[in-house]
Amino acid sequence: MKTKKRGMKNRVLLQQEFKIQGGDFVNAGESSCKIRNTLREIGIDSDIIRRIAIAAYEAEMNVVMYAHHGTMKINVYRDKILLTINDKGPGIENIVLAMKPGFSTATEEMREMGFGAGMGLPNMKKNADTFKISSEVGKGTRLEIKILLNGKNG
Amino acid sequence: MTLSQIQKLLHAELISEHEAQNINIEFAKASDLMSDVLAFSKPFSERDTLLITGLTNKQVVRTCEIAGVAAIVFVRGKNPSGETIELAQQCDIPLLATKLKMYEACGILYTNGMKGASTYEDEKKGNEK
Repeated sequence: MKTKKRGMKNRVLLQQEFKIQGGDFVNAGESSCKIRNTLREIGIDSDIIRRIAIAAYEAEMNVVMYAHHGTMKINVYRDKILLTINDKGPGIENIVLAMKPGFSTATEEMREMGFGAGMGLPNMKKNADTFKISSEVGKGTRLEIKILLNGKNG
Repeated sequence: MTLSQIQKLLHAELISEHEAQNINIEFAKASDLMSDVLAFSKPFSERDTLLITGLTNKQVVRTCEIAGVAAIVFVRGKNPSGETIELAQQCDIPLLATKLKMYEACGILYTNGMKGASTYEDEKKGNEK
């Protein structure tokens, strides 16, 4: 019985994957909007959606701004939502520094658009229940954002 | 406060096709930094926040959609491109434009009782305690 329950818990109820193109500012943010709309359709709690959408959008913008290309994957489980972002790009040299609010390597062009204020990673962490980041310089970056549903999924 | 009251107070022009009198606004925030707009956001189901900004690109609308912003006021007489207006129509986010500077626009709304968007986060924290 216990095993069965655990099996239910780990079953993916919904999965979506999006490709993100680096430098594509025209479509930037569309994948996050799609994720938000899907979560609304399946009746996820609106405050959970708000947190997922913000984390997804900040992550998507980071891929668009800094990487060559990447993927964003969302897995919805009974008790949690997992957002995974993988990109191929320059990677992050110093993660501790990158996590510091206000630290940014954004270009003038990005700043003119209102991005690159150095709040992206801190904003993602703030909205996540667990936040994992790993990166290899010259290869790319991987983010794992977990948000617990706490029974707030209906 | 309705969006049409805000329009009158700020001597603003409605630049998207919306019915301003039907839109209720309770909170406002002002920023040219998109991460700030996201930092003080509300659930989509409670869309009643106004963004006051000097940025007019398409990403402002996209950010507002994610952050659950109900309407946008562009300050200093800046007018967005057709592309920005088109996306705002799609996302159902009304756009206003005023010649006032950001500081003045904020001051006028504040003295007329408009609450800051961070109030919402403070209230939420208060409820959790």
